[in-house]
Formats: sequence, C-alpha cells, structure tokens
Amino acid sequence: MELLPTIWFIIIAVLWTGYLFLEGFDLGVGMLMKLFARNNTERRVLLNTVGPVWDGNEVWLITAGAATFAAFPLWYASLFSALYLPLLVVLVALIFRAVAFEYRGKVDGDSWRARWDWAIALGSFFAAFGVGAALALTTTGLPLNANGDREGGAMAWFSGYAVLGGLAVVGFSLLHALAFLALKTDGDVRHRARAWFVRLLPVLLLPIAAWALTIQFLEGKPWTWAAVIVAVVAAVAAWFLARRGAEGRAFIAMGAFLLLGSASIFGAVFPVVLPSTLDPAFDLTIANASSSDYTLGLMSVVAAVGLPLVIVYQAWTYWVFRRRVSAAHIPAAHSFLPAIAVRAFTTKG
Amino acid sequence: MEALEIARWQFGITTVYHFMMVPLTIGLGLVVAVMQTLWHRTGKVEYLRMTKFWGKLFLINFIMGVATGIVQEFQFGMAWSEYSRFVGDVFGAPLALESLLAFFVESTFLGLWIFGWKQLKPAIHLACLWIAVVGSAFSAYFIIVANSWMQHPVGAEIIDGRPVMTDAWAVFTNNTAMVAFPHTLMGALAVAGGFLLGIAWYHLWRRRKDGIDTIGPDGKVVPGEAAIPGRDLTDYKVWIRSLRIGAIVAMISFAGTALTGDLQGKLMFEQQPMKMAAAEAACHDGTGFSVLSVGNLGSKNCDEIVALIEVPGILSFLAKGDFTTEVKGVNSLLDQYKADYGTHLPDSPIYGDRAGQEIEYVPVMEVTYWGFRMMIGFGGLAAMAALAALWLTRKGTVPASPWLMRLAVFGILAPFGANAAGWIFTEMGRQPFVVAPNPDLNGIDQVFMFTAAAVSPGVSAGELLTSLIVLTAVYAALLVVEVKLLVKYIRGGVVSAMPELAHAPADENEDATPGQDGTKKPADDVLAFAY
Repeated sequence: MELLPTIWFIIIAVLWTGYLFLEGFDLGVGMLMKLFARNNTERRVLLNTVGPVWDGNEVWLITAGAATFAAFPLWYASLFSALYLPLLVVLVALIFRAVAFEYRGKVDGDSWRARWDWAIALGSFFAAFGVGAALALTTTGLPLNANGDREGGAMAWFSGYAVLGGLAVVGFSLLHALAFLALKTDGDVRHRARAWFVRLLPVLLLPIAAWALTIQFLEGKPWTWAAVIVAVVAAVAAWFLARRGAEGRAFIAMGAFLLLGSASIFGAVFPVVLPSTLDPAFDLTIANASSSDYTLGLMSVVAAVGLPLVIVYQAWTYWVFRRRVSAAHIPAAHSFLPAIAVRAFTTKG
Repeated sequence: MEALEIARWQFGITTVYHFMMVPLTIGLGLVVAVMQTLWHRTGKVEYLRMTKFWGKLFLINFIMGVATGIVQEFQFGMAWSEYSRFVGDVFGAPLALESLLAFFVESTFLGLWIFGWKQLKPAIHLACLWIAVVGSAFSAYFIIVANSWMQHPVGAEIIDGRPVMTDAWAVFTNNTAMVAFPHTLMGALAVAGGFLLGIAWYHLWRRRKDGIDTIGPDGKVVPGEAAIPGRDLTDYKVWIRSLRIGAIVAMISFAGTALTGDLQGKLMFEQQPMKMAAAEAACHDGTGFSVLSVGNLGSKNCDEIVALIEVPGILSFLAKGDFTTEVKGVNSLLDQYKADYGTHLPDSPIYGDRAGQEIEYVPVMEVTYWGFRMMIGFGGLAAMAALAALWLTRKGTVPASPWLMRLAVFGILAPFGANAAGWIFTEMGRQPFVVAPNPDLNGIDQVFMFTAAAVSPGVSAGELLTSLIVLTAVYAALLVVEVKLLVKYIRGGVVSAMPELAHAPADENEDATPGQDGTKKPADDVLAFAY
C-alpha cells in the first residue's frame, strides 16, 4: 500500500469534509434567504451571520480542487473535464453568489436587493447541487476510457446518482444552516430556525443518508458500515438536542454526522478515486492517478504545518464573531449620501 | 472553430479579465494598509477617511477578483485535461500551496478586517489588513512560480513520459519567476497609483468647480468648506494627499517595472529567443531596435516586413547589455527550433486531426510586436503623466481645465492596458508551446508541450463554445455592474463610504468611533458592518 498517496487521499477527504461542514451552512443560509427569511431585516440577519466567514469557507473548495490537481493530477483532469457542463453551472453560481454578497448592500433600493437576493439563493442552490452531483459521481463512476476521457458526449456523465448527490448536499446544507442560525441568531429567527430544524431533519437528511447507504451496499467495509450507523445516531442526537434547546450541541452533532458520513463514503470507495463505468480496468486509483512521492512528500510537509494553522485562525474568526445576531442589531439602511450630486450648498471659509 | 481555438480564446478572455481585478487588488490593498497605518500612528482624521474611501473601492473590486479566480483553477481540468495530466506533478504544487498558504490567509483576514472594525482592537484590526495584503502578494508569487514553469521548466525530469519534480527549490526559485514576480507586483502598484491619481484629481477639480477651493492671489490654493457632509477642509486633505501618494506610487512603480522588465527581457532572450525576436518582428540577425515596423506582421513570411525606423545597438543592449552583439532573428531561430523540436507534430492521438501537421514556431507577430510596445508605451505614459501631475498640482490643487481632469480619469486605464498587453505578449509569444522548452540541455530537454496537445480530448467544441459564451456574457454584465458601482462610490466621495460623517457633523468625533475610546460597547455594536 502506498503511504503518501493514502495520506493525500485522506487530506483531500478532509478538505471536502471541511468544505461541506463550513460552506454547508453558508450555502444553506443563502438558500434560506428566499425560503425562510420573511423580510429585509431578517435577510440582513441571515447575511450577517455568514458575512465575515463565507469567503474563507469557500477557499476550502478551491483548496480541495488544487490539492486534487497537485496530488492526483489524473483524477483532477478526468473529473473536471468529464463534468464540464455541471461544473460550468457551479462556477457561474459561485460567481453570482460571491458578487451578490458584496454588492447587495451597496445600493439602497428594493429591486436592487431583490435581484441580488435571488442571486444568493439560486447561486447557493446550484453550487450546492452541482458540488453534490460531482462528489456523488466521483464515488459511483463516470464513463471514462483508458486515457481517462469521457466517452459518449456532453451529457454522458448524467445518472440518477448525480441527482441523489445534488439533493444530498442541498438537503444537508439547508438543515445545517438551520442549526447554524439557531446557534448564531437571537429572537424570532433563532426560534423559528430551531423549530424548522426539528421538523425538517428527517426529510432533509434522507438523500444524503441514501447516498451513504448506497455506497455501503456497493463498496462498504465493516468500519465504514459502523461509521454510517454512528452517523445516524449523531443525526438522531442532533434532533433530540435541538428539541431540548441545546443549540450548540445540536450543531456539533450535525458536524459529527457529516464527519462520519463523509468518512464512510470516502472510506468505502478507497483506494479507487474515480471509477470508470465502462471498464473497471480504467478505474483511477490512488496508485495510478497520483503524483510522485517527491511531490507528495513536499506537499505533506507544507500541509502538516499549513492546514492546522488554517483551522486555528479560522476558528479564531468564529470566536471573534461569536455573538448572536438579531433583528434588533440591524441598523436602518443608510440611504446613499452622495457628496457631489448635491448642488445647493453654501460655502464658507 | 475547433475545440482548441475556442479553449484558447476562453483562457485568454477569462485570464485577461481576471487580471484586471487582481493588480488593483494587490496594489490598492497595499496602499489602503499604508493609509490605515498612518491613521493608526498619527490619529489624523484624513487618513481614516482615506482608509474608508479607498477601502470601499478596494472591496468592490476585490470580490470580482475572487469570483473570477475560481474559474481559473477549474478550467485547467475542465478545458485542458491533457495539460493537467502532463504537468500536474510539478505545476499542481504551487497552485495547491497558493490555496493553502496564501488564499486562505487573504480571504479569512480580509473578512476579519471588513467586519472587525469594532470587534477587534485597532492594532489587531490593522494587522489583519496587513496579513491579508501579504497573503495576496504570496498568492501572486505562487501563481507566478506556476506560470514561470510553463515559460521555463526547471527542477524536473521525464519519467514515463511525464515531467516529475526532482528539485522543488529549483522550481520555487526559478530565475524566470524571480524577475517576473517583482515585475508583476510593480505592475500592480502602477495600477493603484493611476487609480488614486485619477480619482483624487477628479475630486479636487470638482471642489474647484463647485467653488469650495479657490485660488489665492499668490496662485496657491485656498481650501474651503461647504456645508455638506464630507465636503470640509479634511476632505481637501484627503484628495491632495491621495493624489500625491498616487503620483509617487505611479512613478516608483514604473521605475520598478522598467528595471525588472529589463532583467526579464535579457532572460527571455536566452530562454525564449523566438518570443523576443517576434517582439521585435526582427527577421534577420542584427543589433537594431525597431521603433516602427510595417508590412504584414501577421504573415509568417519574414520578407514582407520592413523596419522603417531602427535604432542601431539598442536591441543588443536590451538583450545582452552591450551595443554590438548580434541578436538572432526569426529566420535563423526557425532553423534551430526545427532541428531541436521537429518540423511536424508527432503522430499521436492526443493531437487529434492535427497529428502530423507542420509546426508553426513563429508566434503571431502583430500581437507580440504591438503587445510589447503597448506594454512599455502605456506604462511610460502613465509615469510621465504622474510626473506632470505633481508639477501641475505644486500650488496645492489641480488646474480648472475639464480636459485635463478627463485625461487624468481616463488615464486610470493606461496601467491596466500595460498589464494586459504584457501578459498577452508573454503568453502569446510562448506559442506554439504551452510549456516552452528550456534551452539548457541538462536532462530537462524533453520537458515541453505543444499547446495543440493540451486541450481536453473528451470535451466537445460545443461544450467549450457554451462556456465561452456564458462566461463572456456573465463577465461583461458584471463588469458593467462593477464599473457603475465604482463610479457611484467615487462620485459620492468619502461620505458615501462613511455615512457616519453625515450623522456626526463634528469631525473631531470620528477618530474616536472605532473602539478607541475604551468605553463599554453598546449592544448594537455586534455589527460593525451590516449588509
């Protein structure tokens, strides 16, 4: 067994799990802008819970992509080129979403805000769905030939698993965001978020549980089955904790659910990184898709220092912005004050 | 169009676009950090206002750089899968390190800076911005390392048909990167300098036009005050200081780009002689620098090009540092390239229909010739304008002429043009290679790749065309939005970035606001920055 490629498989699994954990709630909060928030003040409460952190969260995706490129160039090349159109959708969604976060508050106008609200909500939905579809297809396979290129045209990647994975990440993100809002807000938003969480948990976790179980039936190992079972226990615990009002612990239980669920999926497919649905001989594995030991060794040293550091300073960010946000905190939108457009003035001095 | 051409257009459009936002982010970020440091040190209100105003514009621009940066990382795999497979072992590492060591830092600490005005102690808040700015410079370094490896591969050898990294130190200290990195940073500062200069000019001009600032009998400015929020005496200081800082930054950065560019040019004459010969449209060996060449530059036939004005010796100086050494022209290089790298593309399936075609070693000369001259021309123009601006504003304000004001404002575009032209020149000049061969033949001679082999074999021209159209349309629409927002906030002046000025007319209060007074924070201070 190759040690360094195994380590890098684990690091990439960690990066994806970190991405789903962190951006999971800000993607969910983005969708809830249209599904949950009732008025502009509530939308601003939602935005301010993720405002300082969403950009840092998104870097987990960029790092997962770049680490895959560096550690498993063949996996990166085959996956990204085979999923050309769905990834284009993800890119456009992420572009609009990022710009919307920044530009929404820059002009004081209802139609301006409404447009960017849609950009945030739809951008978050399509990004979550697309990333989920791509991850699910990474675990179930794509029609790849011996060179690792997609056969069968632009839509040949499509299968039921893409829909399942898409729904899985959308559902998880929504639920995770409700747990996050219950923890990060106060007042009506907090209580409604908790009530929604309790009510919707069974529905929203259904697709991700179905994906994890499907993978277990296809490729499961004893320890990954155990992880799935513990993950389900964590989800049940999250439900009871939220009902009792222990929002912090419910959120942690959601994190444990994701961690175990993700470990069960990545663990089950290991050592295959991207199966070919055409011929198992064309499967990309940690052995035939990875970079040289020299490159992996170099990057391992950097990751051993860099990744814990990232976790430390990102954790500090959450601590700095730890206080709950509520509607009472939202100041009135200041109307734009142009100094120059005002013509009538007097001069002195 | 074929898949390869579409993929190249897409990469060119998305990269040039992305690199309109990036230099402004790097350059303006540094300038804003210096302004906030000055405020922190001196407590002077004008520096706080400068930080807030330029910081607002910085953020409006920053987000576009972030949004378009993800496309860059994804499209290597999406559109250039054969390239990614070939170079991944070496090229992937700087990209991964960029995310892990630089981009995380930049994004996280900028979030802290935007939202942390009240939550963080002033020194820590300032440190967050500096950390983000240093992060963005590191980000640039890693990207330049990756790009430089495509220009001049080092530290690798071919194992099983692909380059494998053997010497990371060589890759990360590639001499190509060591000159390209400061050159890029200086180019970014030039953008920031022109941006400050043009906008500050507009505001000073506006204050004169509106009768706030007047000219005294000695020809010197008499700053005035209007009874409008934000158009007071401090406002005058904001603009005159911004203008001076901008002009000085523009001149220093031009000197920096010239020095580093000279080093880079000398290196390129060794590493990619064809690129430099094409930059000169120099067909025959010689020593003269062409000031104007005419003829059909697009044709690969050198006989159609006539150098009308040529300065003898200068080309040799650019290439070698003396005035006599003959520099090889396109014609003699062509024979050398054909001998070293073949006359026809190999009969390999990765070339598709192109397999066996004749290789075109001469880059498109219109692009290299004019790209090189536009880069230098726009850069020089901006520097001379900055010098003129310092002279014209020596009495404390700008001339009343609306035409000079328009020139200053549209001059903002010149350094952007220089940056874009420089990149287009260096990337197009590398063709037909995506990874240019390293002429030092020490085990690295097999490490090169033709662009024709790099595109994703499994992706159809239809998919590529779809993404080209979608991305171009989205980028165009967002450019309109960004520019409109920038213009709105620029015209609005400081008060648009600091609405508190309107609510607290007494200027003296403002330097006490962000948590410096040490008093207990009221409950609604949870949000220092609310969307």
